[in-house]
Amino acid sequence: MKILVCISKSPDTTSKIAFVDQNTKFDENGVQYIINPYDEWYALVRALEIKETLGGDVTVITVGSVADDAIIRKALAIGADDAVRIDADPTDAYYTAVQIAEYAKTNSFDLVLTGKETINYNGSQVAGMIAESLNFPFVSLATKLDVNGSTLTLEREIVGGLQVVEVSLPAVVSCAKGMAEQRIPNMRGIMAARTKSLQVVAPVSVDLLTTYVNYTMPNAKSSCKMIDPTNMDELVALLHNEAKVI
Amino acid sequence: MSVLVYINSNSGLNKSALETVSYGKKLGGNLTVITAGSADESKLATLGKYGANKVLVDRSIQGDDDQQLTQLIAAAADSVGATTIIFSHDLTAKAVAPRLSVRLKAGLVSGAIALPGDDGTIKVNVFSGKAFGSVKVNSTVKIISLLPNSFQPVEDGSDCAVESFSANAPAGLIKVLSTKKPEGEIPLPEAELVVSAGRGMKGPENWGMVEDLASALGAATACSRPVADIGWRPHHEHVGQTGVAIRPNLYIAIGISGAIQHLAGVNGSKVIVAINTDAEAPFFKAADYGVLGDAFDVLPRLTEAVKKFKASGH
Repeated sequence: MKILVCISKSPDTTSKIAFVDQNTKFDENGVQYIINPYDEWYALVRALEIKETLGGDVTVITVGSVADDAIIRKALAIGADDAVRIDADPTDAYYTAVQIAEYAKTNSFDLVLTGKETINYNGSQVAGMIAESLNFPFVSLATKLDVNGSTLTLEREIVGGLQVVEVSLPAVVSCAKGMAEQRIPNMRGIMAARTKSLQVVAPVSVDLLTTYVNYTMPNAKSSCKMIDPTNMDELVALLHNEAKVI
Repeated sequence: MSVLVYINSNSGLNKSALETVSYGKKLGGNLTVITAGSADESKLATLGKYGANKVLVDRSIQGDDDQQLTQLIAAAADSVGATTIIFSHDLTAKAVAPRLSVRLKAGLVSGAIALPGDDGTIKVNVFSGKAFGSVKVNSTVKIISLLPNSFQPVEDGSDCAVESFSANAPAGLIKVLSTKKPEGEIPLPEAELVVSAGRGMKGPENWGMVEDLASALGAATACSRPVADIGWRPHHEHVGQTGVAIRPNLYIAIGISGAIQHLAGVNGSKVIVAINTDAEAPFFKAADYGVLGDAFDVLPRLTEAVKKFKASGH
């Protein structure tokens, strides 16, 4: 089984979020980049588990610059066999998805996995866009994935519930919590990652469908009004009369 | 200008469906709603009150097949010449809108929280709710997926026409084996009131108190990540950066310290109440109202106060 795992970089979850250049750019100063947690914890680890039981190859792919080789090496250290970096700025979801789909087209993968969304843009768009570009079925937000021959059985979240579905390969799946457990790379993996193949591929030309024009921060809360813990009637009254939420 | 709104009508017209229709109405122009399944015609007609000029319904499909649904919405968009297509940013939108975006080469704005500004840009949540981005769509056709609870439905019109419509879309490649829907629970992203608790509750056996408060308020329950990770509560209740992001009218956080990752998932809430024994808990900086006290004392008192308030006719 040939599995392609799409990874994206995201700022460490404790990063301070700020913007520069008249709020048009994310302030990368002092920011530590990690593999987007959904991509790493769920998509990549599940791909490795499948490979370990059924055999096959796991390729990781990202759209990014040479600075992103660090997260790619980490994915290789966790256990991916080889890596591809499309040498371009992942400007929007469509641009990113088309780049990955183009690569996938010429390298025929059985299964394409992504995280359910990135923690920086939260769009949940790339996987579905890859699927439509490849004309593959797309199982969104899967929490469980089992392979039986050329068929996948998956559990996924749907509006107000959970669904069990079956789909034939090839397919695209976006992975949510529950799919696998995080793995910490060991020293052997880190050493091995240095010699694994990292192929750099030139991007194809794609029209940008969306542009992030600028960013703003939420207004800071004015001070918190402290309520006497023995007087919960007061809290209820404030929620009704002042906050008007009940 | 023609606007197309997709709604899921299988379990009645929920609030997020009304939100998307009213949002579409505010954009101006002719508004068509597309839906699938077997909802009552009279019920669908009431969408006119929220701004729909016409409802198209495909009764030949259930609407649970993403590829079919993509084709249906694409055909409806073509038929009405839609320049804007609107979804509620739920799990169906996450499965279908990206497909539709590629199919129509239409820019997709996910998680919109407001109407387009004067410059046409649309505000969305980014960095898991820690900031907002303004997105410009460069294509002629736009797809907007609206975050639940970001826009109040407005009821001011009258019933509209309901017409049959079909794309004769073949079934997609995903076979549904079974569907589980929890009974009677309010889906967390749609809940207006949320009661959430963390490690301060000391153990899953103490959640009865949290549920009592939630049921007195008519609220949904949620939890912090550690609580979901150690299995005290199911994962779908976990709110925060790596869980569900919510924006209810009221979020009551009990025994949750308020780590940055948790706040990211809830700081879109209109009003936050923090209950904690630790005066230094970061949640007090993000809250509108704070109660410094032991949840085991405060919760039963708050539940009683809520019951008294409800009993007085509210």
